[in-house]
Amino acid sequence: MKILVCITHVPDTTSKITFIENNSKFNSAGVQFIIGPYDEYALSKAIDIRDKQGVGEITVLNVGTSETENTLRKALAIGADKAVRVDSEPISSIFTATQISNFVKNNSFDLVLMGRESIDFNGGIVHTLVAEMLDWECVNPIMKLDIVGDKLLMTKEVDGGKEEIEANLPLVLGCQEPIAEWKIPSMKGIMSSRTKPLVVIDPIPVSIGSKVLAFEVPQPKSGCKMIDPSNLEQLVELLKNEAKVLN
Amino acid sequence: MEVDVKNRKGGEFLIKSTDYQDVFTPEQYDDEQKMMASMCKDFLDSDILPHLDAIDRQEEGLMEKLLNKAGELGLLSASLPEKYEGFGKDFTTSLLITEMMGAGHSFAVALAAHTGIGMLPILYFGNDAQKDKYLPKLGSGVLKASYCLTEPGSGSDALAAKTKAVLTPDGLSYVLNGQKMWITNAGFADVFIVFAKIDGEHFTGFIVEKGTAGMSLGNEEHKMGIKGSSTRQVFFSDCKIPKENVLGEIGKGHLIAFNILNIGRIKLAAAALGASKQTSTIAIKYAKERIQFKMPIANFGAIQHKLAEQAIRIYAVESALYRAGADIHQKEEQLRGMGKTNEEALLGAASDYAIECAILKVAGSEVLDYVADEGVQILGGYGYSADYPMDRAYRDSRINRIFEGTNEINRMLILDMFLKRALKGELDLMSPAMAIQKELMSVPESKDLGIGIFAQEKEVLVQLKKSILMTAGFAAQKFMLTLSHEQEILMNLSDMIIDVYVAESTLLRTEKLISLKGEKEGNIQVEISKVYLNDAIDRIYLAGKNAITSMTEGDEQKMLLLGLKRFTKSTSINTKESRRKIAKKLIEADKYIF
Repeated sequence: MKILVCITHVPDTTSKITFIENNSKFNSAGVQFIIGPYDEYALSKAIDIRDKQGVGEITVLNVGTSETENTLRKALAIGADKAVRVDSEPISSIFTATQISNFVKNNSFDLVLMGRESIDFNGGIVHTLVAEMLDWECVNPIMKLDIVGDKLLMTKEVDGGKEEIEANLPLVLGCQEPIAEWKIPSMKGIMSSRTKPLVVIDPIPVSIGSKVLAFEVPQPKSGCKMIDPSNLEQLVELLKNEAKVLN
Repeated sequence: MEVDVKNRKGGEFLIKSTDYQDVFTPEQYDDEQKMMASMCKDFLDSDILPHLDAIDRQEEGLMEKLLNKAGELGLLSASLPEKYEGFGKDFTTSLLITEMMGAGHSFAVALAAHTGIGMLPILYFGNDAQKDKYLPKLGSGVLKASYCLTEPGSGSDALAAKTKAVLTPDGLSYVLNGQKMWITNAGFADVFIVFAKIDGEHFTGFIVEKGTAGMSLGNEEHKMGIKGSSTRQVFFSDCKIPKENVLGEIGKGHLIAFNILNIGRIKLAAAALGASKQTSTIAIKYAKERIQFKMPIANFGAIQHKLAEQAIRIYAVESALYRAGADIHQKEEQLRGMGKTNEEALLGAASDYAIECAILKVAGSEVLDYVADEGVQILGGYGYSADYPMDRAYRDSRINRIFEGTNEINRMLILDMFLKRALKGELDLMSPAMAIQKELMSVPESKDLGIGIFAQEKEVLVQLKKSILMTAGFAAQKFMLTLSHEQEILMNLSDMIIDVYVAESTLLRTEKLISLKGEKEGNIQVEISKVYLNDAIDRIYLAGKNAITSMTEGDEQKMLLLGLKRFTKSTSINTKESRRKIAKKLIEADKYIF
């Protein structure tokens, strides 16, 4: 099976988020970048599928500038076979989805996996857009995936429960935990990642209808006030007059 | 890894200056090394740190499982040659991996014992059959290793071991009798490197496999820290092993024991460094969260002083560690180029830098102890609570000053090695010492400073080295062969030497950092380097004074003290402001970042 795994290059979850240039640009100084955690689950699942089937090939793709190559190398170290970088800032979800679907059209894939969403902009729509552009089915977010014959059996998270879904290839899937066990690159993986192919391709033009004017960091929440259980009246008073959530 | 450093001979730092271009610094890791460090961090975060309690409870089978996982990742075979299914990584990479895993508490100890003192004796001293038999399996983790040197009656005095080996009348086997103590990994090890005296005389290494009749284990020891590390006694009672299991040459066991320790010592510093960085980060995060007097305690000067001082010492010892590591690597390449085998090359290189290895063992373990102690203090009551991580950091730190040769033994070794090398003519301590005597008799000349960011500090270093040569030279002349009995003076002198090596390494690293990344990127590191040197000068003066006053009187004492003062002169700096700047950077970053 030929699998394409799309990965994002995002700030580590513990990074301090600040903006520069009149709050129009993320300040990446001193920030450690990682593979989007949901994307990493997608990659781990792709590796499980390939290794179980004993055949197949995994390509990882990222839309990003040259700064993202270390992230792609890490994906190769974890176990992808080759990497592709579409040489551009990921300007918007439409832009990114167009690049991915274009790459899929020009190369044959059976399955496209990615995380349910990135953890920087959290758009959560690229998988759906890619499926639409390819005229494929899309399932998102899936927590479990089994391949039986030519059928894909999936468990999808829905509000308040789970949905069991059966589908045929080709498919675009958005993944989340616990779809696969998170994989740590091994020494061998790291050393072989240097020799695996990493291809850079030019983006295709996309007309962009919107642009970001500014970002805003949310105000930190104020501290928690503890009220003794015997002072219920004080609690009601505070909820009414300070928090203004009661009339 | 490309190492473009021109190395000095081991110990030569005391009599010569080094150019910053000739040292390797952590800022020069290549992408592959960074990926390996990141792999270690991932492994720690996912498999080790969430299970520290279970590890410390010695949950059945857990340590073996984690070592197996480390084996799958390649962590156990990183520095094994490819011939034995290893990755053949260079010494700096192996130090970096050790550093990263050093934050793993008891697991780090088990890992280090397996890959270091457990596996290296076979790699360096085993014959081909022994290497083929054991190394690939030790590298993959299928077999676990342990090292049995210490006995109830012989710790620091390792060669006083009583365990005996006697050849059987048929000449095919040795029978071991004796008792070994404080044996790390004993509970689950498959392969034991055992030292015993053949016929009570010839100190020799042996390989003993688990399950050999006559070998038995004591109960798990109850320890202050590293509770998850299996530590037991190992007993040999008419334990018969094939004579093929003799490791190295008969009567040359001390070569194994001591040579392995050189590598073990510098690696201990690497592990301690990793633990120090993690401990510093815990302290920084806590200081930012803990509100007292309506503000985070990180806002207070007393706490900022502690946070900064932790970072200063960590940065300093890291500078020295990777400087020495790359020197060893370079020497190893040189020896290999001269036709030595891989094994001979690393052993030879580590032995050439044995002084630096001993310095690092002492410095690394004492930095960690300082960082953990102040970590407890920063966390206050929570630092003393066993439910918070500082308790474990504090307890686990303490052993580092004891094993791999106590810090006292290592301090004495530093001096012992210097003097032996001088006597053998390998290091010319005599000429500079004579020049200093002459200088003492003359009027001090004002000297033009060199150029560069640390021109003044480097001149200070030159003078500090003179203070050591003067004091040590006098002690050597006065006591001659009985100097080894003057342990207090040896402690003073080694403290001076350690501080000079670390201070110099710190300045060189910062200078290199600035040359690589520019002044703006290194401005806090400049503060760190200056504060370290500033404080080192006073420590060196005090140690020198104590040495001089304990071996001289009258005019002689006056003259030496005057000389000491002259060689430890410096301009003072505002360390409070420097530390505040350093602390600010740590607090902003929310972790140790230098």
